[in-house]
Amino acid sequence: MKILSRIGFWLLVVAIGVFALFPLYYAIISSFRSGSSLFTIAYLPESFDVSNYIAVFDRQPFGQNILNSIIVAGAVVAISLGLGMTAAYAFGRIAFRGRALLLMTILAVSMFPQVAVLSGMFELIRSLGLYNTLPGLILANLMLTLPFTIWVLTTFMRELPKEIEEAAFVDGATPWIVVRRVFLPLMAPAAVTTGLLAFIVSWNEFLFALTFTLTNERRTVPPAIALMTGSTAYELPWGTIMAASVIVTLPIIALVLVFQRKIVAGLTAGAVKG
Amino acid sequence: MTSAVAQGNVPVPQQARGRRSSLTRSRLRSAWLFIAPSLIILALIAGWPLARTIWFSFTDADLNNLSDYEFIGFENYLANYDGEWLGLLTDPDWWQSVWNTVWFTLVSVSIETVLGIIVALILNAAFPGRGIMRAIILIPWAIPTIVSAKMWNWMLHDQFGVINDMLLRVGLIAAPMTWTANADTALWAAVAVDVWKHTSFMALLILAALQMLPQDIYEAAKVDGVSPIRVFFRITLPLIKPALLVAVIFRSLDALRVFDLIYVLTSNSRDTASMSIYARQQLVDFQEVGLGSAASTLIFLIIALIVVITLAAGRMRLGEDPR
Repeated sequence: MKILSRIGFWLLVVAIGVFALFPLYYAIISSFRSGSSLFTIAYLPESFDVSNYIAVFDRQPFGQNILNSIIVAGAVVAISLGLGMTAAYAFGRIAFRGRALLLMTILAVSMFPQVAVLSGMFELIRSLGLYNTLPGLILANLMLTLPFTIWVLTTFMRELPKEIEEAAFVDGATPWIVVRRVFLPLMAPAAVTTGLLAFIVSWNEFLFALTFTLTNERRTVPPAIALMTGSTAYELPWGTIMAASVIVTLPIIALVLVFQRKIVAGLTAGAVKG
Repeated sequence: MTSAVAQGNVPVPQQARGRRSSLTRSRLRSAWLFIAPSLIILALIAGWPLARTIWFSFTDADLNNLSDYEFIGFENYLANYDGEWLGLLTDPDWWQSVWNTVWFTLVSVSIETVLGIIVALILNAAFPGRGIMRAIILIPWAIPTIVSAKMWNWMLHDQFGVINDMLLRVGLIAAPMTWTANADTALWAAVAVDVWKHTSFMALLILAALQMLPQDIYEAAKVDGVSPIRVFFRITLPLIKPALLVAVIFRSLDALRVFDLIYVLTSNSRDTASMSIYARQQLVDFQEVGLGSAASTLIFLIIALIVVITLAAGRMRLGEDPR
């Protein structure tokens, strides 16, 4: 009975592992098969043909798409963290009137469905002359990242003991110096966590990127992959799409695995404590 | 820090009071300075666009010329022309998308909850390789939704898909299925991808709750010889219920606004469109900003209603909290 339940337990563990990993595994082996061999089903890697990886960059400006995604996500992370850190200091350490209400409002913004602001955002971006530009996407993506950045950083900020800043204030430091010299170093781990989450959100964002860009050169990776077409209208270039998928997925997976514990901490701080 | 401010308001000896309140005042001033940039940005990119969307829903605006429109009241929602009812609320496609979204949310979140609990219980047990397992389940979560949809599209391909091949081999189906093109199976396919991608989020939140549970109850139950299943339903489940509810609400709100997964997986078909897809289609593909904004406004109201109910329920629960 005991052995049986151990076997059952391990079978379950293996089943979950296979379910989680198989689609990525299958995408990787598919990306190394091309021509007609792609259209026979194989469960094991049997060829190592890099022509799909060459075709990704050959047939469309995919290098430019990746660069666009990095620029947009990088700027979104930098702005979110800069604004979020100062706001979180105020929310987490200073008791001012209306604090709870404001925090609730910011939390409410993070629950906005993206489509609810779509037409207003379209008008805003067009009137600022930012349609089909990367700054337009950066601006739009801030709506998705700034609220939870403030929220998660505030929960981290609250947990720091209050003696730290009191000592600095007694020594005559101004609030701005306290934020920069005292809290910034202490908040570095929290900033890494939140920054990573913001990066992933921006890297994966599709609806705004699809709606606010027009030309292939200005697209970020998600719409570029979604809109990839082959030589004929009937057959999608599956090998190329899989190669592109693997290229943009592996760096993110590497990041997530390296910062695994921090990400889990950030997710639970945002949800459970929130 | 709360006490520092409270003390600033009560009469304290003159000398100390002067210093403390000037410090308090300077901190209060800096508080507003510190949050002002964030508030201004959020008002510009969230508040203002939302207000404009709601306003557009009462107009006949067109995407090509957003500055030239007329106020038409509720006609985008419901209008009566010569005894014939028109507008969003009479459009069967809208109601189809509402039903698709609700069905998708209910089914995928239910499955994710059950699987999430199972995965969390496994990860909570001590076994060699637990750390690796936790890393593995994070991988689907990290893969961009578009990429996941494309990967599954390829696996679900009607002619060359590996899933058809597997099912044919074990004899579960007699002929290859067109999973994503057939309206009956396309939403199930979307549920499968969503479950694959988001179960780990659910599991990690539940795991965090499990790890905070007091161990002595379990030892007592073990001494009394209570069966593990009874322990789970009588002890574990009631104790993790608050965390479970938060996770379910987060996932439900996320699933209700689903766009990219269904858009890519089922290639924008009308039978499987979600509410967000319907709204964007009116707005961008048909250029009908008025109608699309009306749909967007309704989606916003539906989600806002759920959030308000949740927050109210949460506040009541916090009120009962003995802390």
